[in-house]
Amino acid sequence: MESNQLLEIIYLLEDSYIGEYVRGSLWLFPVIQSFHLIGLGILGGAVVIGDFRLLGILMKTETTSYVIRVTKPWFNFGLSILILTGIPLFLSEAVKCYYSRAFWIKISCLLMGTIFVYFIRNPIVLSREENFFMKILGVLSFSIWVVTAASGRWIGFS
Amino acid sequence: MFNFIDWLASTSGSIALRESLYMYPWIESAHVLFITIFFGTLLFVDLRLTGYGFKNLSISQMNAKILPLTLIGFLFMIITGLLLFYALPVRNYQNLFFRIKLFLMLLAGLNAWYFHRTMNRQSKAWDKNSFIPFRMKVSATISLVLWGLVIISGRMIAYNWFDCDKQPQSELVNFLISCTVDPEIYEYLNGI
Repeated sequence: MESNQLLEIIYLLEDSYIGEYVRGSLWLFPVIQSFHLIGLGILGGAVVIGDFRLLGILMKTETTSYVIRVTKPWFNFGLSILILTGIPLFLSEAVKCYYSRAFWIKISCLLMGTIFVYFIRNPIVLSREENFFMKILGVLSFSIWVVTAASGRWIGFS
Repeated sequence: MFNFIDWLASTSGSIALRESLYMYPWIESAHVLFITIFFGTLLFVDLRLTGYGFKNLSISQMNAKILPLTLIGFLFMIITGLLLFYALPVRNYQNLFFRIKLFLMLLAGLNAWYFHRTMNRQSKAWDKNSFIPFRMKVSATISLVLWGLVIISGRMIAYNWFDCDKQPQSELVNFLISCTVDPEIYEYLNGI
């Protein structure tokens, strides 16, 4: 019963003005998707450099908190582009997404990744000296974002 | 050239990739992830050059620390990209966006060559004065813009709007994608 209610909302979203508009255009979907990819590149850069520093692979001469502080605004910027472009993409094919396993994996990972970075990784790294525990934070953050990006790409194959 | 591409398409590896259920999507996803690593790390290198990030590090330190990762991303991006091409050689060869993308990559390559040639000569002076010439900042910005356009045109390869098997196309498009169309087919198409 509950899932039927969700499906009703999904149909409403698909019929929304933005959804219709993107669907009705030949160019809009791929163009928005291209900018979605560029947003992914920006977020990816911030994630790779930040998390690889936590893992001790890159920039070992700089402190972990410095690297996270510099990459943070670009993480925010990339994520904003991704969400702003992701919403119209989703609205244009909400029903397809509802039935796509890749979509639900992606959304779950996106939520986990966002919460993890803003409420766990960043506060800990910014307030403490580097320690071994930070390697675990780096592995977790990096893995979540890789799965988010890969399952996002997979929505297109289903 | 077309004969070679046609032969490439007939090799067993190409057929296997093309007909595989999961291999192609896996390579495609990996391609996207390596683009992310390549473009994302390049972004931070170029941000340092234009003065918007990692100012604690000198330009040569930044390059030494980040560029290896950028190059790893580039290498795997190229390998997965070649495999994607190998799966659909004829379609990609005659795809307008694929050709635009290669052209933009050539421009990005020339820009990178110019940039690194100048940097290798001058980076000591840049580090000492923490100053880099304006035209080098322009070159760093151009690199980001060009790679952004490469990503956009790459994404568009998936669409068949200008493909050779989708006629009629304008003469310009057919010229750009080296597509020769039998005039009889035009007559036939005009008739329906």
